[in-house]
Amino acid sequence: MIEHRPDAATAKQELTAKYPSKLAKKRGQQMVANKVEDGNVVPEVLANSRTAPGIITQRGCTYAGCKGVILGPTRDIVNITHGPIGCGFYSWLTRRNMTDPGPDGENYMLYSFSSDLHENEIVFGGEKKLEAAVREANELFHPKAISIFSTCPVGLIGDDVHAVARKMKEELGINVFGFSCEGYKGVSQSAGHHIANNQVFKHIVGLDDQVRGQKKFRVNLLGEYNIGGDAFEIEELFKRCGFELVATFSGNSTYGQFANAQTADLNMVMCHRSINYVAEMMEKKYGIPWIKVNFVSANATAKSLIKMAEYFEDAELLARTKAICEEELAKVEVMRKKYAARTHGKSVVLFVGGSRAHHYQELFKELEMKVLAAGYEFAHRDDYEGRKVLPTIKVDADSRNIEELHVEKDEALYRAYLSERKERLEAEGYTFSDYAGMMPEMDTDSLVIDDISSYETEKLIELWKPDVFCAGIKEKFVIQKMGIPCKQLHNYDVGGPYNAFRGAVNFYRDIDRMANSPVWKLTLASWQEESVESASPVLEPALA
Amino acid sequence: MTLLRHTPAGEIKEREALVINPAKTCQPIGAMYASLGIHGALPHSHGSQGCCSYHRSTLTRHYKDPVMASTSSFTEGSAVFGGQANLLTAIQTIFSVYDPKVIAIHTTCLSETIGDDMVQIRKKAFDDGKVPDGKLIIYGNTPSYVGTHVTGYANMVKGIVRDLVKASETKGEHLAVIPGWVEPCDMREIKRYLNVLGVPFVMFPDTDGVFDAPMTGKHVFYPKGGAKVEDIATAGAAKASLSLGRVATLLGSEELSKTFGVEGDVVDLPIGLAATDRMIESLIKTYGLTVAESINDERGKLVDLLSDMEQYLWGKKVAIFGDPDQLIPLTEFLKTMGMDVRHIVTGTEGNYIRDRLTEINPTANLKVGGDMFLLHQWMKNEPVDLLIGNTYGKYMARDEDVPFLRFGFPILDRQGHQHFPTVGYMGGIRLVEQILNLLMDRIDRDVEEHKMELQM
Ligand code: SF4
Ligand code: SF4
Repeated sequence: MIEHRPDAATAKQELTAKYPSKLAKKRGQQMVANKVEDGNVVPEVLANSRTAPGIITQRGCTYAGCKGVILGPTRDIVNITHGPIGCGFYSWLTRRNMTDPGPDGENYMLYSFSSDLHENEIVFGGEKKLEAAVREANELFHPKAISIFSTCPVGLIGDDVHAVARKMKEELGINVFGFSCEGYKGVSQSAGHHIANNQVFKHIVGLDDQVRGQKKFRVNLLGEYNIGGDAFEIEELFKRCGFELVATFSGNSTYGQFANAQTADLNMVMCHRSINYVAEMMEKKYGIPWIKVNFVSANATAKSLIKMAEYFEDAELLARTKAICEEELAKVEVMRKKYAARTHGKSVVLFVGGSRAHHYQELFKELEMKVLAAGYEFAHRDDYEGRKVLPTIKVDADSRNIEELHVEKDEALYRAYLSERKERLEAEGYTFSDYAGMMPEMDTDSLVIDDISSYETEKLIELWKPDVFCAGIKEKFVIQKMGIPCKQLHNYDVGGPYNAFRGAVNFYRDIDRMANSPVWKLTLASWQEESVESASPVLEPALA
Repeated sequence: MTLLRHTPAGEIKEREALVINPAKTCQPIGAMYASLGIHGALPHSHGSQGCCSYHRSTLTRHYKDPVMASTSSFTEGSAVFGGQANLLTAIQTIFSVYDPKVIAIHTTCLSETIGDDMVQIRKKAFDDGKVPDGKLIIYGNTPSYVGTHVTGYANMVKGIVRDLVKASETKGEHLAVIPGWVEPCDMREIKRYLNVLGVPFVMFPDTDGVFDAPMTGKHVFYPKGGAKVEDIATAGAAKASLSLGRVATLLGSEELSKTFGVEGDVVDLPIGLAATDRMIESLIKTYGLTVAESINDERGKLVDLLSDMEQYLWGKKVAIFGDPDQLIPLTEFLKTMGMDVRHIVTGTEGNYIRDRLTEINPTANLKVGGDMFLLHQWMKNEPVDLLIGNTYGKYMARDEDVPFLRFGFPILDRQGHQHFPTVGYMGGIRLVEQILNLLMDRIDRDVEEHKMELQM
């Protein structure tokens, strides 16, 4: 902890001082000193804007968002990357999406499939090779569905993956569909999430209309990707409370669950950034209302579960859910107190993802830590400022090249009683279709930075010396070389689960370890210290 | 329960289009690795930002150390109209924000497909005054639809020679050493040999001290290690060159000879006994030196270990996959140990690779330009006692219950590869030690209780 941190406005100046003037001006709009005014009004932040060429950024590409994030966790679809080998290779098993296929269930997640384009296909076109690859995949695996992902060169040479998909669907009699998710299509992974969700919605959702299992309390969980087993924790809680989970988009998911998702009565949106449009489309087409939930942190979990239960207007369900929350919260509180005693007053910054930098702040609050700064890697303004700014977001070239699906009411499948229930509940003060954004929940004078660069990361650490930094793999070791522990919030440093009640306790334990580990005090030997105080560092005993 | 449960045994159908579980990746990551072997260089990926992100992530996961590289962040517009504007902006931003000595640009599938001309853009950057005095820009062409990560390394090495080496009328006494794609510790070990043998040298790329930087409480953006630009420049005045690992170094070695008249040997990576012998023989040939006693002792220790432990190694079946420069000497070394190398797969193609591997081991199942799915099918049909390859092999190893030695790139789930060399005689000792540990642990695990031995 340091005593005097320069305030957010000064820090912002320091962070951009070295930039060429045009870049400094743009970055200036992407950094704001937070100020929360009445009605949750916060300053505007420039987001979802191109990274300047030459800047070392946290961001990845559209393909990574499409294939890696959204389709990655779906175990029974054969995902073929159409392109040179690299894209397929790097997106192979690196996101820690867990899945449980059972003893003989289908599971293709451990495989990497690629059409491995060579030079002659770049010159003469790769569609023939792609067709052959789809045929070979079908012959070897007989999957329910095959999907095809375009990479940068494929877009350039003009291969039509959708035409190939249609042809193969006809020929093979299974569902085959493609994604135009070339890496250059968007400013970040976010474009890929959108493209992926559109196609899943278009080609799978709605194909199976049987209502199986229990007929009430049927829900979908949107935007939960089962990193480190998070979805397993949530699934178990749903079971205990009495909710029937129809589909998760897309943690621990299957093709069949997507196909059946329209039979649910309520959609819950976890990661607003990656999937809010699916919730919107399902409401329009099938009448399913959606609410924003959060299962990161114990309190948020309890709040979300109770809100779900309230929606169903069933006294028994609500009583059971409340009882479970009470019981779990009491258990968590014992652990929270124990850990918070050791993390109280420490500080943290979070720069990651498009919802996680918000969600994880709840856990840090429970640890009584102070959030100094936060920002997203691929969020849009609504994730920062709340959905109320949606109508004011300007559509630019990058957003325009992503297909907007025009969804209409499905006369056969639309369930009017759901929208009626929504109206009734809304009248009682229940909020649907809303997300207030990250900034209203952050302190005034904390610093919000969109698309932070590696240079700014280093500067921020020099200026503010947080006790814990949350980021991703590319930043992790830079931060740690500076003597600050870095928690990866994309892949959890092979930790987790961190969701729901037990997950929260896991997180407390891991953050306590990181913030208090003796290793950070060993950096320099006595003879290397500028002012030598004690010869050997005093190590705090680990928490029993 | 098996992980790769859909991989069938039995009759193997040839695939002509679908690659499943690649035993290779793309060129730019190799170029990035080679660039980082120059002190003060910032690799720059000319394409969309995704590639750069993936390459940095993979190198970071392999080394658990910072990996810095910038990107041109192509938009859809640059994809259509060319990336020149992006690259010129990038160059200016990079020099003012990151202040490298050298920007080492590598192309991607995207910029290559558009046809961005590196020679011209580089010239324009200088002409437009975007390059401060004394700063340099080098490049390598690395479209990812040609070659693999190994040839990407080779292409950047060629770029280093072309753009950083200076011509010289007079020749010095020093040796220009181009190591292939090996670990930082391997480069350090090769330098130790040269020092012990008294050979003056310049080595590039040199990642020693780059990916294994010490913890100091500071992030040093350009780590201590790496070949210095001034030193690389002197390669044009070298007495001779020595290149280790043909696939990754031949282009650089040819460039040295064609453009600068520096001739030399291209030998295998010094992995194992015979290949290390050959590296030293080449040095003897060039310098007429007497091999130091200490090196002879190290060699003797390796042979001693092999003879002591031969009974555990003899006839054991092995499957290996990875990069050709490693596979060639490693296969030879495994044969030296008396092991039976059954299946060999490399993702990188080339007649030279096929010929050398066939020559060393004519009876193995060999696929040059193959994938791990095929290797797994072979292992199901003809089981082995040991699997050697990068981290991705762990799923096959678990399914088939085979001891697994992590070797090659990338290793994402173990440590040590960046610190403990596997080249040279001591590296050979380490490899034998690791293999013995695996085989002996297996015996200790599986043996009947009454046969458990204290000494092995
Ligand atoms: S939670 Fe964050 S990191 Fe995960 S998919 Fe959503 S935006 Fe991405
Ligand atoms: S930017 Fe393009 S080529 Fe690069 S990884 Fe993404 S899709 Fe592949």
